[in-house]
Amino acid sequence: MSVLDRGPREQIQVLDEAGELVGDPPSLSDDELVAIYREMKLARHFDARAVSLQRQGRMGTYPPMSGQEAAQVGSAFALDEADWLFPSYREHAATHVHGVPLERTLLYWMGHESGNRMPDEANVFTIAVPIATQIPHATGAAWAATLRGDRHAFLCYFGDGATSEGDFHEGLNFAGVFDTPTVFFCNNNQWAISVPRERQTASETIAQKAEAYGFDGVQVDGMDPLAVYRVTREAVAKARDPDADESRPTLVEAVQYRFGAHTTADDPSVYRSQEEVEEWRGKDPIPRLETYLRETGRLDDERVDAIQASIEEEVSAAVDTAEGERRPHPEEMFSQVFADLPDRLREQLEDLERLRDRYGDERFLKE
Amino acid sequence: MAQATDQRTATTTFREAIRTALREEMERDDGVFLMGEDVGDYGGVFEVTQGLADEFGEERVRDTPISEAGFVGAGVGAAATGMRPVVEVMFSDFLGVSAEQMLNQMAKMRYMFGGKTDMGITIRTTEGGGMGAASQHSGTLHTWFAHFPGIKAVAPATPEAAKGLLKSAIRSDDPVMFFEDKMIYEREGEMPTDADFTLPIGEASVEREGEDVTVVATQRLVGESLSLADELEGDVSVEVVDPRSLYPLDTDAIVESVEKTGRLVVADESPLSYGTHAEVVARVVESGFFSLDAPPQRVGVPDTHIPFSPPLEDEVLPQAADVRTAIDRVV
Repeated sequence: MSVLDRGPREQIQVLDEAGELVGDPPSLSDDELVAIYREMKLARHFDARAVSLQRQGRMGTYPPMSGQEAAQVGSAFALDEADWLFPSYREHAATHVHGVPLERTLLYWMGHESGNRMPDEANVFTIAVPIATQIPHATGAAWAATLRGDRHAFLCYFGDGATSEGDFHEGLNFAGVFDTPTVFFCNNNQWAISVPRERQTASETIAQKAEAYGFDGVQVDGMDPLAVYRVTREAVAKARDPDADESRPTLVEAVQYRFGAHTTADDPSVYRSQEEVEEWRGKDPIPRLETYLRETGRLDDERVDAIQASIEEEVSAAVDTAEGERRPHPEEMFSQVFADLPDRLREQLEDLERLRDRYGDERFLKE
Repeated sequence: MAQATDQRTATTTFREAIRTALREEMERDDGVFLMGEDVGDYGGVFEVTQGLADEFGEERVRDTPISEAGFVGAGVGAAATGMRPVVEVMFSDFLGVSAEQMLNQMAKMRYMFGGKTDMGITIRTTEGGGMGAASQHSGTLHTWFAHFPGIKAVAPATPEAAKGLLKSAIRSDDPVMFFEDKMIYEREGEMPTDADFTLPIGEASVEREGEDVTVVATQRLVGESLSLADELEGDVSVEVVDPRSLYPLDTDAIVESVEKTGRLVVADESPLSYGTHAEVVARVVESGFFSLDAPPQRVGVPDTHIPFSPPLEDEVLPQAADVRTAIDRVV
């Protein structure tokens, strides 16, 4: 039986909080399991470095993701290369798994225009900072793919707060009516900045909202990477190639917690207790998977140390690359608005260039 | 300038010209598809898409749920992945329901993708009063979109412009808002029949040459101003310029006309304050101030709503008589 058939009120788990196997593990090779572990470790280290860069004034406001690695890495691993990924603003680990280099994510949060540009080879949509706006995009792109005869899946991330938005309803309703190959993945991290999950919806689970749209909803332990992988893999397979009695879309609710702030601009101790944070830290996905991999002989001290060293090197290299990027040129603000620069905009650019020539850039920069 | 090799034309209505453009572009490019409320078998509440579902199938002429943010957003997602959706929003008064998807998403998608993503979406919508549809179905909102960076906005007045501009809009790699004045669907005119005929977005058309005053008119008011110019022949020589595109706006053509006539009247059905009229006047003042012999005049809707009451609606909508009054003030 597919895990998607279990209904939206039963939480799927494969590894318990102690790293013991409590459900059927997905079929993943030893190398793939270790790769998932490495991506989660990389994400945790990247996150700490990114927060530190912001604190040192080397980067802009940044949304941390510690605690959410299993949901991001487990789900993105379930995609094939040709599938599409629609991120919100916190999916740094998921986008990395799907082909976006770390330095590009750093450039984005450093405010470089070049950070907006996703690599051509990665099927990753632009980062959505307004809440839930990417949901109709994922539905529309998925529907367009079916018009073209493509058989790809479209995985769309959003948070618990996004489920209160009109775009969530309109996007999922449209997907249900037109049976689009979309997997809606809710990273329910319990808090929308300072507003708790129970103030977003009176529904018992977020997953159950799928019932009203006419497709499957499933709740998964979002801090269990193997459960997340299994659920997403099945949802993606169904999106591409459903049985005659199945609908393509799925709503996955991954229950998890963000250990840190919503972004570097807020202080979570104002709205939630340390006890609550500690309780969730007990479910940390990284030690959970590490225990399982060690106990099954797939990891040992030597391999863990080697992985740690390699990820630190990888993140350092990404920071160096991002910080070596040239300062953005004012021309980029104008040239990227339309396919071709309209005359009026060209005149406005020329006005700015005359000012720069006359006074120099230093006059315009706040140091 | 019309880009066509075949110069033949046919007399047709504004509505049929739009339908012809849709049909030709759907035949030309498999990536073009239509969606919106009641656009399928029903053919649209103004019958513009009638017959297209039969010709192209319901996959490409798609009735959607009543869900403006949903279908505009879906169009944005489809366009960003290489399709050319043509989305119908039944009345421009409903654009506000999908404002986030248009203003923050559609308009900024290329920019937010670092210039790398095409956004070949066309939004067709109706505007204008005159059919007793009351204030929530009669507005003229095109200024909002002409104002907003990242969007091109066109508002044709003739069958020729409707066909040529809609085809250019569909082929454009930028989002284009296509505003249809619902009072001129029955207006007839000559339309080039060549399937390769297009009109460039951003070019005005001098619809009638004259010496004494330039009337920059849009949509229904183009026809009204042309009739008025005929009436005034021998008394006042009126030049009628239709900008056709609101963004980009063809400043050169407008200024060139005012340099000849020295007088400017702007006639557009949007509300008078902070609007399309103000932009046209400002550009003439910026670039042609010293050719002005009289203060520029604006003709539009007062800063109120369009009433349900037919007599009140007639009062509030700008007509040829209002253009006449404005001309009398400056000539």
